[in-house]
Amino acid sequence: MHEWALAEGVITTSTRFAEENNITKVTEVVVVVGELQQVEHEVLEFAFENLKTPLFENAKFTLESQPAKFKCRNCGHEWSFTSEGMTEEVSEAIHFVPEMAHVYIKCSKCGSPDFEVTEGRGVWLATIKGVRDDE
Amino acid sequence: MSDPRPAVIEKRLRDVRRVIAVSSGKGGVGKSMIAAALALSLRDEGHTVGLLDLDFTSPATHVILGVEGLYPEEEHGIVPPTAHGLNYMSITYYSVDEPTPLRGEDVSNAIIELLAITRWGELDYLIVDMPPGIGDATLDTLRLMPRIEFMVATTPSRVAFQSVRRLLVLLKDLGVPIIGVVENMVMKPNAYVREEVSKLGLEYLGSVEYDEGVEEAIGDPDALRRTRFYEELEKVSRGL
Repeated sequence: MHEWALAEGVITTSTRFAEENNITKVTEVVVVVGELQQVEHEVLEFAFENLKTPLFENAKFTLESQPAKFKCRNCGHEWSFTSEGMTEEVSEAIHFVPEMAHVYIKCSKCGSPDFEVTEGRGVWLATIKGVRDDE
Repeated sequence: MSDPRPAVIEKRLRDVRRVIAVSSGKGGVGKSMIAAALALSLRDEGHTVGLLDLDFTSPATHVILGVEGLYPEEEHGIVPPTAHGLNYMSITYYSVDEPTPLRGEDVSNAIIELLAITRWGELDYLIVDMPPGIGDATLDTLRLMPRIEFMVATTPSRVAFQSVRRLLVLLKDLGVPIIGVVENMVMKPNAYVREEVSKLGLEYLGSVEYDEGVEEAIGDPDALRRTRFYEELEKVSRGL
């Protein structure tokens, strides 16, 4: 249920945004879920349902998966993340702190741990749609 | 659009009375030893204490405290396990003993992640073992934990203190509360650090003699408690 903590971040950030922009009813929250963190969508959705305040009463929480991509800083090679062949311990370490990828994953071409996660690191708040007070 | 994690960090630290960073401008001054001993000493005084090791590339507090076989519990985030009475959090639960080659952006991300998901609960003190210097980790900590206070460690060496001085000036310029400076590994009486700290208008918290017994006590908090080093650190912790 580590997803719960991330869902709290989404709800808190969305609430702040709504307050700052006079939004009284949130209609949709779009969350991009990067594959590197291996977040369980069902758990995240369950957390949203339990954490939502009246501001989100009729809000739809849309989760969009984003494949994780890496680019090696040493040789420029680009490749995609796969959890295939990963032990449960390694997978869990990356789940809790995605930067642990630099401990356990190496460039598939030159073996360097010095790579950039160009896409799909973790949970990202993409869009909030709602009704403003003055509408 | 935006990173949802920073917004919950304040909530995670809501029930922590004081957050104290043990920091230094330079590595090798005994910062992690001081952080671990300070945390233990505050615990011995009856306080509830957390210890967070943010020195991701060279974590050391798990070695000093002899922490093995622990793993955080997953419960609406992660709950730090208890080690020697301390709520103890370290990246080594996940990196084990492997090298952790992180660039600045990755360090920032890992700090934000840990602060956003770790549920400390009620604490009198959260002691943070900082990485040395005034790089990304220090700047992130200042940004993400606005209530943080700094205890700065140095050795009598002029080389070490010149780096420490830069850290102190930065913290002063930013208006960050500085508890004071601890002079560690003192081999012969010397007023240099005390005078320099005084010139900056800061408090000199004490001088800790070089203690050969400390190395033998590594990994064993009870043995650490019997060292002269620990006795001197107790005086500093009582002053908090």
